[in-house]
Amino acid sequence: MPTDVENWKDELYGNEIRDHLFEFAEKGWDAIPEDEHDEWFERFKWWGLYHQRKGQESYFMMRIGTPNGVLEPGQLRVVAEIADEYARGPAENPEFGDAYCDWTTRQSIQLHWIKLEDIPDIFEKLENNGLSAQQACGDSWRNIVGCPVAGKDTHEHIDAWPVAEELHETFKGDDDHVNLPRKWKVSVTGCDQGCGQGDINDLAFEPAEKTVDGETKLGFNVRVGGGLARKEPRFARNIDVWVPEERVTDVAGGLSALFRDHGDRDNRFNARIKFLVDEWGPEKVRKTLQDDYVDFELETAGADLRDQYTYNAGTGEHGDHVGVHEQPDGNYYVGLNVLVGRQGVDDVFELADLADEYGSGEVRLTQRQNIIVTDIPEADLDEFLAEDLLDTYEPDPHPFMRGSIACTGTEFCSLSIVETKNRQVRYARWLKDNVDVPDGVEDFHIHLSGCTASCAQPQIADISLRGMKTRKDGEPVEACDIGLGGGLGENPHFAEWVEMRVAADEVPGYIQNLLSVFEENRQGAESFRDFIERHDADDLTGLAEPEETDYEDPYMHNTKMTWYPYAKDDDFDASPAPTDGEGKPIASADD
Amino acid sequence: MVHRLRLLDDAAWVSVNDAREAGAGELWPATDAGVCDCEPAWLVVQAFVEVGVDGRRIDARAAVQCIECGDEGTTNWLPIGRVDSDGFRPWDGLRRPRP
Repeated sequence: MPTDVENWKDELYGNEIRDHLFEFAEKGWDAIPEDEHDEWFERFKWWGLYHQRKGQESYFMMRIGTPNGVLEPGQLRVVAEIADEYARGPAENPEFGDAYCDWTTRQSIQLHWIKLEDIPDIFEKLENNGLSAQQACGDSWRNIVGCPVAGKDTHEHIDAWPVAEELHETFKGDDDHVNLPRKWKVSVTGCDQGCGQGDINDLAFEPAEKTVDGETKLGFNVRVGGGLARKEPRFARNIDVWVPEERVTDVAGGLSALFRDHGDRDNRFNARIKFLVDEWGPEKVRKTLQDDYVDFELETAGADLRDQYTYNAGTGEHGDHVGVHEQPDGNYYVGLNVLVGRQGVDDVFELADLADEYGSGEVRLTQRQNIIVTDIPEADLDEFLAEDLLDTYEPDPHPFMRGSIACTGTEFCSLSIVETKNRQVRYARWLKDNVDVPDGVEDFHIHLSGCTASCAQPQIADISLRGMKTRKDGEPVEACDIGLGGGLGENPHFAEWVEMRVAADEVPGYIQNLLSVFEENRQGAESFRDFIERHDADDLTGLAEPEETDYEDPYMHNTKMTWYPYAKDDDFDASPAPTDGEGKPIASADD
Repeated sequence: MVHRLRLLDDAAWVSVNDAREAGAGELWPATDAGVCDCEPAWLVVQAFVEVGVDGRRIDARAAVQCIECGDEGTTNWLPIGRVDSDGFRPWDGLRRPRP
């Protein structure tokens, strides 16, 4: 039987939601009939709007999809202006202030505390500047990800940026693809480092060579059915298809249509295409694509470049674009580390100024929640690198700062079980101040995800942290399950979950102890990932002990049971929500 | 009385009469939940599976993990609250299936 969500989507979905959204915005929050809240909030996702969690009613998270993470000159300033004017909530975050921008693991932007009444003005400003929230969430083509320096990369075999742009232009708002059984995440990469993270996407195009009619051509191999959510991680499967650049859109459309027609619409937990690939196998996916969804003969897979992948490959090479790198045109790009992907709005304004002053004004977002300033002439590099802002957003960060990623967490998210962003900031700072970095380790990935949805991609980190609860001294407290040894590269590997329900304030001590064990027992210059892989899964449990240290965690209580975890009075009853367009509390009908 | 019951946001919430009343991340003390032998079990709700009503009592089955023993699974029908003339009141205390 179709789910409620499918029934709502059947009734109204896609582009036409916009008119209703604007009508509600004009009339105000109260105009949405209470008995229609659920269906409208589900639909609003298609336009990039998530109703924030319990206690924050009437406020929305807005996601802006920036394909391949590219923000053209001027667009970063527009995002900062929107955050400054519209994304200020009723309470302040102690680490980031009261207005900030989040750069996400899928090269998108998230703003919080957006009021329904402001949405038409925000959309107008976005669209006047070539930006959009369309399909940033919901059951459709999500933001297309890839190598963030596509077109400006010396490692590049194909410039994948025009390919990503064409997919974006084709499938945003395309009526044939607006209503899929579930989200549809696509990666397109043209470089030899593997930084598009194709393995964890529903559909991945990866660079490959193929000899066709005696001519060797560059194109893409196709993989399908990757994803991390719900304790069911899968790497995308090779469906034995090579596609030239000019056919990418046809194959992508064919696979999207196959998913539309054959994905499970009766059970949302089983709806992602990874489960269809499990059921069918790659061969049937290929055959169905060939028989029913494309009108040309598919080529078999070509020779890929996976043995050259360095991105998150555990080899010690970075591949993450942080630092100073030369572009093919002789200019430079500088990747800046943004701890947990969040920047206060004043810093975003300043960065937009610097990008204008030193580069072309363009910036790019990475899948490690960082930001890259491009097109800086060599003669201006030293001056740029001496700017004060780069003391905070460093091009040469400490390994624990460089490797930290966190999802949204209980601050705003319905699914999360624990607080994440501020906690990971505190973890990284404490580790930097207290833990010796093992020799040769320059990049150490610690990803904190608040739940099994895995938005911080914990399974592909050196140390994977996933939100949990435990009891400590008789009291329930926030905790983490801990996994080890995940990563991508030629031979991607999901983390082994080895320590469960570790109280959140004992996690830094565990990491300290673990790295000490690693330093004492590694063989030569063995990498952390190889060290973990050398051990049996059973031996990894107990390899190090969780331990209290002088690390202090102010978020041990159940942050989900607050209206906002950092508010002075965080009880649900103290919430000002729902509020009107001016941010003033709306009295309930009972008052 | 007819109630509108739904699972929302990838089953992170139970919506009762269009208000989000129970959510992922809650910690339930429970007995006979059908997940483990702990008495009581302390169950972290990771997602909801089904929601139903029996008279005034709203019950749900949830994907949970016991923080005492680590076992995970889907619970029997356990109460999340009760609806009366004042509206929804969340369940307080030990949760057990109906006899």
